[in-house]
Amino acid sequence: MKTLRQPSREPLWREEFSVNAEDERYVTRRQFAKFLTLTSLAMFAGNAWIVAKSLLRKAPLYPATPIVRVGDVPVGGVKLFNYPTAQDPCILVRTAEDTHVAYSQVCTHLSCAVYFSDKAGHLICPCHEGSFSVKDGSVIAGPPPRPLPRVVLEHRGPDLVAVRMEQT
Amino acid sequence: MAAPSPHRQSALVALDGVLALIAVILIVQMWLLSATLESYLRGRDGVVLPAAIVSGVLFLACLGLGFLAARVDRRARD
Repeated sequence: MKTLRQPSREPLWREEFSVNAEDERYVTRRQFAKFLTLTSLAMFAGNAWIVAKSLLRKAPLYPATPIVRVGDVPVGGVKLFNYPTAQDPCILVRTAEDTHVAYSQVCTHLSCAVYFSDKAGHLICPCHEGSFSVKDGSVIAGPPPRPLPRVVLEHRGPDLVAVRMEQT
Repeated sequence: MAAPSPHRQSALVALDGVLALIAVILIVQMWLLSATLESYLRGRDGVVLPAAIVSGVLFLACLGLGFLAARVDRRARD
């Protein structure tokens, strides 16, 4: 069958799509540079947002709250409570006859609730096997990036009283 | 397809260089943002403001490189 197309060195698709490939690439690079610059602006905005949050962050109020009477929790036992607000779960562990420690129960990885494993002697996050030292709340193993915040306890008469929280 | 002119070819190389520099700056900014967020969540607010200032300077550098890319582009087209 005879065709109307004249013989040519260029393939048919290149004749029909007559966009200069070099120009096309050129424009794409300029647009990519603009896109990267806007992404850089977004990174700066993120940092500025953290500064704003930091300036607006109020110092938390830590009321002195009785948690438990000394002796009510057996050695190796735990008591769950909320501190400093009802939305902040914490865990108290009696590690020895005269030693009580308390930490935020919220894992610093993805906010699962940690529990005390008497067998392991650690605070364990069941979600991703994160493990915290019961002595100081530091990370022993797993993905948590930060130690557990510690609840500072004081003996006041027969009670153990939570007085503030500390980042260790 | 016609080969690009030597002038345009050098402009393309310059644009590639600008893009590479912007990409490096962006990676530093990403690291800075994640490290700052980590410090903020730890309750260490001392690094937040210096990190924001550095991030702003890096953004201005990106912006400058972006304008440089536009100028190279304009010259190549003239």
